[in-house]
Amino acid sequence: MTDIFSTLAFYLERNFVVNALIVGVLIALCSSLLGVTLVLKRYSFIGDGLSHVAFGAMAVAAVVGLTNEMPLVLVITVISAVLLLRMGKNAKIKGDAAIAMISVGSLAIGYLLMNLFSTSSNLSGDVCSTLFGSTSILTLTSFDVWMCIILSMIVVLFFILFYNKIFSVTFDESFARATGQKAGLYNLLIAIVIAVIIVVSMQLVGSLLISALVIFPALSAMRVFKSFKSVTVCAAIVSVISALIGLLTSILAGTPVGSTIVAVDIVVFILFSVIGKFTNGGKA
Amino acid sequence: MPQIKCTDLSLGYGSQEILTGLSFEVNAGDYLCIVGENGSGKTTLMKTLLGLNKPLSGSIEFSDGVTSRKIGYLPQQTDVQRDFPASVQEIVLSGCLGRDGFRPFYSKADKALAAQNMERMNITKLKKRCYRELSGGQQQRVLLARALCATEKILLLDEPVAGLDPKVTADMYELIDSLNKDGVTIIMISHDVDKAVQYASHILHIGSELFFGTRDEYIAKEGAHHD
Repeated sequence: MTDIFSTLAFYLERNFVVNALIVGVLIALCSSLLGVTLVLKRYSFIGDGLSHVAFGAMAVAAVVGLTNEMPLVLVITVISAVLLLRMGKNAKIKGDAAIAMISVGSLAIGYLLMNLFSTSSNLSGDVCSTLFGSTSILTLTSFDVWMCIILSMIVVLFFILFYNKIFSVTFDESFARATGQKAGLYNLLIAIVIAVIIVVSMQLVGSLLISALVIFPALSAMRVFKSFKSVTVCAAIVSVISALIGLLTSILAGTPVGSTIVAVDIVVFILFSVIGKFTNGGKA
Repeated sequence: MPQIKCTDLSLGYGSQEILTGLSFEVNAGDYLCIVGENGSGKTTLMKTLLGLNKPLSGSIEFSDGVTSRKIGYLPQQTDVQRDFPASVQEIVLSGCLGRDGFRPFYSKADKALAAQNMERMNITKLKKRCYRELSGGQQQRVLLARALCATEKILLLDEPVAGLDPKVTADMYELIDSLNKDGVTIIMISHDVDKAVQYASHILHIGSELFFGTRDEYIAKEGAHHD
């Protein structure tokens, strides 16, 4: 036991580990906030689709040879979020099919580009770390860290200022529209913020595992809690704690960061489902 | 001045007309039931009154402080709501958002209004309860309280008793009737013609034949049909 603590203490003296923990906690916080909305508005697939777009964008950024990929990835993903939302409404291709198309398409193009133009000697390693997050969280530059802090602040601020509106358009969009709330605008803002969250989270868990980070804490909280506020607060806490446990475990045990965090999220979900069964008499 | 006056409305989507030549008016304190077969355009008419659809032609005039935005609306329940984690209080308060514009938080006045409407709907003791665990009748009361937060004058109810058992349905009709007696104008979409005739002051029948008039005129006309 003392061994574990001394190893931890050793790691915590390192700047890059502290950076990783800060970024991990912020990402976990942001990604959990809109989880409830995503799940209930049936937007989970948009989140999934966007994460693949982000992968494609990452490949483009790598090919172009940018040192800081994040701004480009952010712009492309936000634009895709807006497009997906528009498409969902009135296009000939229905929403879920459009998402499937875009997400698989960008995966393919992304991999193709990386294959054709990559200068790296370890191509499959690059692809794998973009998809599953690998250890990149321990090699964050200070630019990455600051970008993450600023974007997280924006997401949290947006969420607090628009909390009541987000509740309203999630619970009952037609009532919101009918009573003059700008539901279209709020939907657009929500989609943009989801895009931002995905780009930020990509560094932690990679593009394939982002949806888990967004959805699991919300689903866990919904098993046990019954008001929107308590579910939101609980999801945020669950997400942050799972991320911390996952990060520390992965540092100590040398497991991949992203999948370790998701594994912790899954365990928590099972735990909360059982608790929910007992407290609600199996109704939830 | 009628609160809502529709003149020669044509409704539909794109080039497809569903309803034409629709004229009617709603005065303060009226209880208008809109009846008609499925697919006759009830929902389209409702959306048009709420300002979510534009009429193909004709006009809708609002007066007496009513606008399409100030109609309290009781929508049919959606699947999303059936497993939504929300407390009664959170839902009722959200009725105040329409007037709040971009102000991020609820004011004291909003909270007072929500409390008052929960009292009016007799759901104050449920205010911390989870919406999805309430009975169908209780859920409708919650949504009515929310609608009352958005308006004082006029409520538009979309099949408010759909899926409720007979006892709860009767209570619901009584509740709506008492709101009407308090001076709230009621527009109700329904396919229960018997109940519509029992409570409404006016009937609008849409579909293959259009009818608009008072309840008594409707009964006389229907009676003539049956003879």
